[in-house]
Amino acid sequence: MTNSLPETDALFRPANPAHFENKQISRPSLSFWQDAVLKIVKNKMAVIGFVLLTAIIVLSIIGPYLVPYSQSEQSLTEGNLPLSSDHWFGTDDLGRDMWARIWAGARISLIIGIASALIDLVIGITVGGVSGYMAGRGKTGDRIDSFLMRIVEVLYGIPYLLVVILLMVIMEPGLVTMIIALSITGWVGMARIVRGQILQLKQQEFVLAAEKLGTSHGKIIIKHLLPNMMGIIIVTLTFTIPQAIFAESFLSFLGLGVQAPTASWGTMANDALGTILSGHWWRLFFPALMISLTMFAFNAFGDGLQDALDPRSKN
Amino acid sequence: MYIVKRLFTMIVTLWIIATLTFMMMHFIPGDPFASDAKMLPEEILENMRAKYNLDKPLAEQYFLYLKDLAQLDLGPSIQSKTRDVNTLIAEGFGPSALLGIQSLLMAIILGIGLGVVAALNHNRVLDYLSMFIAIIGISIPSFILAPLLIKYFGVEWGIFPVASWGTWQHTIMPSFALALGPLAIIARFVRTSMLEVYNQNYIKTAEAKGLSTFSVVVNHGIRNALIPVISFIGPLFAAVITGTFVIEKIFAIPGIGKYFVDSIFNRDYPVILGTTIFYSTILIITLFIIDLAYRFVDPRIKITSRGE
Repeated sequence: MTNSLPETDALFRPANPAHFENKQISRPSLSFWQDAVLKIVKNKMAVIGFVLLTAIIVLSIIGPYLVPYSQSEQSLTEGNLPLSSDHWFGTDDLGRDMWARIWAGARISLIIGIASALIDLVIGITVGGVSGYMAGRGKTGDRIDSFLMRIVEVLYGIPYLLVVILLMVIMEPGLVTMIIALSITGWVGMARIVRGQILQLKQQEFVLAAEKLGTSHGKIIIKHLLPNMMGIIIVTLTFTIPQAIFAESFLSFLGLGVQAPTASWGTMANDALGTILSGHWWRLFFPALMISLTMFAFNAFGDGLQDALDPRSKN
Repeated sequence: MYIVKRLFTMIVTLWIIATLTFMMMHFIPGDPFASDAKMLPEEILENMRAKYNLDKPLAEQYFLYLKDLAQLDLGPSIQSKTRDVNTLIAEGFGPSALLGIQSLLMAIILGIGLGVVAALNHNRVLDYLSMFIAIIGISIPSFILAPLLIKYFGVEWGIFPVASWGTWQHTIMPSFALALGPLAIIARFVRTSMLEVYNQNYIKTAEAKGLSTFSVVVNHGIRNALIPVISFIGPLFAAVITGTFVIEKIFAIPGIGKYFVDSIFNRDYPVILGTTIFYSTILIITLFIIDLAYRFVDPRIKITSRGE
């Protein structure tokens, strides 16, 4: 059979180079994050959310300096003035300029909202992730899940107000104490939600596949499970922020939060409650509007982020 | 066997909560008779303290309390001299639970509906509209919403009765004020979760075999999208059926929500402990039921290695 070789050779012909051209990768290969950024930029709502959020943050920095009033400067003869070219957002009952107070308050409210949301995120994901992943994984796994969930129950159970007052006794009142007070029990909600998601997700085949390929538990949680529940995490985050802003106003109302005359959106809304009957609508309207706009911005941007980070959605 | 073990764990958890609360409330400065202290002579104050065992060492007070608690006696209320904590809770729980359950049903039904509509119309008008409603719901807290409802629906338009408690009509406004926030959060969860579920192959299968949209949504979509909603509802259920401070104050509802806050400011120790234990019991049982509900909604879920 030695003569078969040339015959076989005849079967192999040089390929037509034109075939390769349409197999060429037409766009540059993108990393996960480059791809995510591209998808966000293409998403109109996400861009609107991002621009709005940037505007709010920039105004919280420069806003108070755009008017010749300070947030605490009182002028009793100018109480409850409606909007005018002097007072863009009107004045409150003590004649303080609402514009200056809104942007000074933005700093406090945004810091409290974002900081406590981030702390909730880190602790909540860690506890919820480990708990949900270990549940049903042998006797030790069950024990870890049960132990972490009992901690969550205890933190849900003990009166939150008592914890806050205790903290105020131990530490001095202020922004940091307030953030700690909100985070100490705040993360349990995130932990329960993350645990529920993990319980459901980890039954899927890709987790089994990763496990059989020898991926470590930590890597499975971080690389395989969390990206698949980003949407729910982002939604949870976006409502943690306003909840923290309002919790701060409730605590301030009880005398446990930021001290007057320092403004925050929550305290401004709270102070304005009486104006629902008196008709000084701008006192309630602007703090409520700012909180709503911030929420809109976070939600719109969050939705875009969720679409962009979702490994399954292509374009 | 599993149930017995779980029951035992629940009692231990409750005991830890009661102990921590006991320690914290005695650690913060203050005294239930602080407002009387200026007017009454020292001997009377001492008699009053003795009546509530407050003159004994803390450890003894703690064991006396646990002994009563074991017999389900939550002790006397220092503020309300005539009624004990068991009576306070028994009297106020009805209105609080009614409002809580009503508002929760409202939030669940409307929230899921809104979320599904938004997900089915992803990035179209109805999606944006539902997101708008959700943002309003999350951004306007009950302490602002409630006075607005009273002003317009109660006083100006006279649709619902204001500030008393009696007929079912009285429960509509407070229920709505209580429901709006959770409604918005549930809607957001369902929308996000539905969008994720709709990427799954079994939805494509269901659609490909010609099932109606309704059938795909109800039988294949919602069921798998419900896990975050269930996780969220558990603690919420315990919180709303034991009443809410703000709503009960604004609408003058004779519930138990006010005791959770007032008792702490009055340092009414037995009421602090009693309400905490009552709430925690409901919470712990609810969270247990939630774990069972996960399996009901998604039978693939396995929480313990024995498969329960």
